[in-house]
Amino acid sequence: MDLRKHAALIAGGLSAALMTIGLAHAATISISCGAVGKELEMCKTGAEAWAKKTGNQVKLVSTPDSTTERLALYQQLLAAGASDIDVFQIDVIWPGILANHFIDLSKAAGKAADEHFQPIIKNNTVGGKLVGMPWFTDAGVLYYRKDLLEKYGAKPPTTWEELTATAQKIQDGERKAGNDKMWGYVWQGRAYEGLTCDALEWVASYNGGTIVDPAGKVTINNPGAITALKTAAGWVNTITPKGVLNYGEEEARGVFQSGNSVFMRNWPYAWNLANSADSPIKGKVGVVALPKGGANGRNAATLGGWQLAVSKYSKNQAQAADLVMYLTSAAEQKRRAIEASYNPTIGSLYKDKDVLAAVPFFGSLYDTFVNAVPRPSTPTGTKYNQVSSEFWNATSAVLSGQTDAAAAVKSLDEKLSRMSRGGKW
Amino acid sequence: MAVHSTDTTGAARSASVTRSEKSELTRSRVGSAWLFLAPMLILLALVAGWPLVRTIWFGFTDANLADLSNWKFVGLDNYIAHYEGKWSGLLVDPEWWRAVWNTVWFAAVSVALETIFGMVIALVLNASFPGRGLVRTAVLIPWAVPTIVSAKMWSWMLNDQFGIVNDALMKIGLIAHPLAWTANPDLSMISVIMVDVWKTTPFMALLILAGLQMLPSDCYEAARVDGINPVKVFFKVTLPLVRPAVMVAVIFRALDALRIFDLIYVLTSNSKDTMSMSVYARQQLVDFQEVGYGSAASTLLFITVGLCIILYMVAGRVQLEKE
Repeated sequence: MDLRKHAALIAGGLSAALMTIGLAHAATISISCGAVGKELEMCKTGAEAWAKKTGNQVKLVSTPDSTTERLALYQQLLAAGASDIDVFQIDVIWPGILANHFIDLSKAAGKAADEHFQPIIKNNTVGGKLVGMPWFTDAGVLYYRKDLLEKYGAKPPTTWEELTATAQKIQDGERKAGNDKMWGYVWQGRAYEGLTCDALEWVASYNGGTIVDPAGKVTINNPGAITALKTAAGWVNTITPKGVLNYGEEEARGVFQSGNSVFMRNWPYAWNLANSADSPIKGKVGVVALPKGGANGRNAATLGGWQLAVSKYSKNQAQAADLVMYLTSAAEQKRRAIEASYNPTIGSLYKDKDVLAAVPFFGSLYDTFVNAVPRPSTPTGTKYNQVSSEFWNATSAVLSGQTDAAAAVKSLDEKLSRMSRGGKW
Repeated sequence: MAVHSTDTTGAARSASVTRSEKSELTRSRVGSAWLFLAPMLILLALVAGWPLVRTIWFGFTDANLADLSNWKFVGLDNYIAHYEGKWSGLLVDPEWWRAVWNTVWFAAVSVALETIFGMVIALVLNASFPGRGLVRTAVLIPWAVPTIVSAKMWSWMLNDQFGIVNDALMKIGLIAHPLAWTANPDLSMISVIMVDVWKTTPFMALLILAGLQMLPSDCYEAARVDGINPVKVFFKVTLPLVRPAVMVAVIFRALDALRIFDLIYVLTSNSKDTMSMSVYARQQLVDFQEVGYGSAASTLLFITVGLCIILYMVAGRVQLEKE
């Protein structure tokens, strides 16, 4: 073997070694994704497209469906300073609670932050730090069965009273016709964050405020709130199955999508699933804004939505931030809107022809999404979870008939005032 | 074990010969005993002692999950405090007392039912019949399934709209309308108890069966010779003899039932109608981030379980002495 051959071999070996170093530099980013409906699938395809583009790898961590349980899991991971998950999908009400554990994304975002709805960016900014990039927004909407409403000559309801009457009429008619599993209206009634969202919509639609006002004053004890809770309690066991007191989003969708309910309150994600190829109600579904509370009420939809944040315990913060920017970009949000009806957080996409063709109600309900009612997570800060828990428990007690609405809001008001130390929080 | 005990008796015999030999031997024995016990004790202190002490300590602070390193000592404030003319704290929190009541009620009813059913099953399995081995194994299945899995399974089976339990009951005409098993406040505790009984009766049956198989046969032969009827034999012979085994089984189950969490949390989440002490403590610790307050609740849970067991053992001993 002559010297040249040796040199060539060594050079070959060296370049091979260099290549492996290059590959080792590519990071594996773990991202936590929700698994409600098509969420996990969409997250996977999006994250994998980024991985392919940048030469990194992604690992998906699926989390519990209930947002209450998801927060509990995150808190345990983050309080322990675990680096297992780099990118967290966080709820719109969490930036205040979890801000400590996330890095500032404003540099990575640059001008991209200006494209998004500004109220959400403001919501995600804690102490000058942009802790999460908006991924998709959410607002409660009313799903209805077009075919059934037509059959009974009814119009989509504009007030809760109309909804009650229409639901009752169709439920009675369909049951007489032989479908004894038919119900009028399903929603989220389990004692968890989802009930807070639903109940806030009822209360706000009767001009009953948002539990705690932006200045921190407890406002729940008012006639509007009492009427709202009374109305909702009247549905249970008449147009709504009693089991709704243990339903989350997916349980409600289970009943509606099997064709056993006239109306459903849910988030926009259910649109795509209700119209999927294997859905028994494909093409028979309409979406309108949630009804007003009486003639003088207003349309109210609770603001939901999810953000992407990067853990400060992550070992690959730069790549993780890059993944966040990719997933929250206009192109990816457009894909998610078309394929799975997730609401973009970028205003211009609501005028996009392809998006509107896939999800027509994004156009007609634009105002609902932009003017959605925020939960009082800003004024109550880290106490928000306790406020929400007290609220859903009080509501749950009214719905199950254990207390009447007036007594429930009075004792809730006292509890929250004590908790807030007179509105100071 | 066996070798060790013969060794001890041998040592005791030789130790009685001379006094100095005894003390030296004993000393070296005690020394090596500590040496052998040390890893176990250290492990116990690490996995059981340290978290326990830490939890009790956190109960006297205002620690918060958002930042665990930053806390201050607040004395007994988490238990009881007087602030602006109003009492606050765990001991005056009606929700805590409701959780205590739920837990004790759940533990008493479920353990009582499990003991009765477990006894019946054990008596059946103790009799010889063809296929007994198979039945003994089959009976254990509910206990072998992880709680989280069986709880989720039951929550689907108990679903009001598409659950199989409602479907079956309606088909045989026992109920006219589907029942909301886990949502109806009057039914949810019954559902939880039912699932727990289904799950842990096999465990009771197994422990009682082990006790039954150790019973001496001569008592039964004497009873048969005297022509005593089987019911009387059960109450006068079997029950008194198997009592120690049942006592142990009940203590195990009661300890377990008083700290019930998984089953209740999966079936009914944070609902106040079924909230146990553990669910309450977890909600404070994790959902509300109140590590201090939640730790105080955990400490009270620990004390409650301890008290219940002491009461039970004292009551059991007093009765035994009477006999």
